[in-house]
Amino acid sequence: MMSFLEIVLRVAGWLVLAPLLPGIINKVKAWVAGRRGPPVLQLYYDLGRLWQKGVVLSTLASPGFIAGPAVTWVAIFGAAMLLPLGPAGAALSFRGDVLLLIYLLALARFCTTWAALETGSAFEGMGAAREVSYAVLSEAALITAVLTLSVHTGSVTLATMLEPAAGAGAALLGAGLFCVLLAENCRVPFDDPNTHLELTMIHEAMILDHSGPPLAAILHGAAMKLLFFALLLIEAVVPVGTLSPFAAAATLAASVLAVTVAVGLVESLLARLAFRRVPLLLTTAFLLCLFALLVAWKGGAA
Amino acid sequence: MERRCRVSGTLNLLIGLAMGLNLLALASSRLPTLIGAVAVQGVVLGVMPLLMEHQFDWIVALVALGTMAVKGFVIPGLLRRAMRTASVDREVEPSIGFVASLLLGSGGTIAAVALSRALPLLPEHAGSLLVPGSIASVLTGFVLLIGRSKAISQVCGYLVLENGIYLFGLLLIHATPLLVEAGILLDVTVGIFVTGIIVDRIQRAFDSLDTRKLNVLRE
Repeated sequence: MMSFLEIVLRVAGWLVLAPLLPGIINKVKAWVAGRRGPPVLQLYYDLGRLWQKGVVLSTLASPGFIAGPAVTWVAIFGAAMLLPLGPAGAALSFRGDVLLLIYLLALARFCTTWAALETGSAFEGMGAAREVSYAVLSEAALITAVLTLSVHTGSVTLATMLEPAAGAGAALLGAGLFCVLLAENCRVPFDDPNTHLELTMIHEAMILDHSGPPLAAILHGAAMKLLFFALLLIEAVVPVGTLSPFAAAATLAASVLAVTVAVGLVESLLARLAFRRVPLLLTTAFLLCLFALLVAWKGGAA
Repeated sequence: MERRCRVSGTLNLLIGLAMGLNLLALASSRLPTLIGAVAVQGVVLGVMPLLMEHQFDWIVALVALGTMAVKGFVIPGLLRRAMRTASVDREVEPSIGFVASLLLGSGGTIAAVALSRALPLLPEHAGSLLVPGSIASVLTGFVLLIGRSKAISQVCGYLVLENGIYLFGLLLIHATPLLVEAGILLDVTVGIFVTGIIVDRIQRAFDSLDTRKLNVLRE
């Protein structure tokens, strides 16, 4: 069983390191554009500021408006605790935990959209509708990716599934999961996190009426989700579990940085896709994962 | 034996790349991307005979070079030229949507892999992706031919179809004279020439390359 200190360290790591990622992305974007950009720690300042502010409540809103962000945050945090970190393993691991992971992510999304609908604004309803309709496709890709890992290792426990990585289909799976990462975290080809044009917003539209601590929870949850997907992508492609603890920690840190920089570069070099083109890219991600599944399957048979 | 294993691994990788290019061709919404995908696929297929031969053979090398030159550079060049001179719109106009055709193509690819396992192949071809790759390319070609309304994208569909037939022909590389392949290549080139001219004519007569407009022709 894991010691108390180790769990505290892991929780602190997730909570403290997650807001670093959006800062790095913004720094990369600023660097490519030749600007100085906001400081890397900007999100920490934002979170601190938001935490001290009060909450503005709509007269229409039920307690779900506050509960939504809270449940979302807890669900993402739970998913993060289930994800094994190389040889260190997961904080909580049992047979079939991958199913719980997928459902926790779905729960997080459900609660975000629920809180968005609570405001009674048509605008936020529109953002929620967009989020959910893209989620249908990106979730299919994510489930296929998980299935690939499961078929490859013949296990439904995350710790065993992620230990040897995807093998032959790793390139396909990596590309597919990177698309899923961009879609799930509302990054550029799918959504623009900086936009304030109502016609193009997805995630930002949903959280417009949130303020104060709930907004801080949403922002921190989004940062944790980004870190979560980056780690999932890395562990699916690189066999981190087989390395020694120090090498694994170094690999994880370097790869998370690489993924974050890649997201920043994608964001600087690509334009947002038109809405009608997004399903095509998500279908491509699904197919990439599907072909990785085929490779894993066929490779297992031969 | 080990070398052979490695060669068939490289071959399968190349065929997998060709299958991926099939899907790229189905998903691309701009004509230059489509033509580029077909050109790269031509080059990839052109390399294959060199890998399949155990000894270096002048005729095989010549045919491989010829295939690469014609499929990778001459035909795409002609298509690009036709596109430029006829000043065609760069958008591909699908009558089967991109997502639908992508799903059709990948469904076809998976079905091809499944089907080729059921076929009674020679033992030396059992582990290779040649047959599934060929069937998948033929199916992709059909989808492109049926589902795109511009003449140039239909030509690209025809080229993908021909690539599929060529892949199937590679199975018999030791048995059939390479002249047959050379003949097919010549036919395709002539076909592209003719299409290039026709494309220009259609564009002049109708101010558009939409082949659906040809349906209303009367005597």
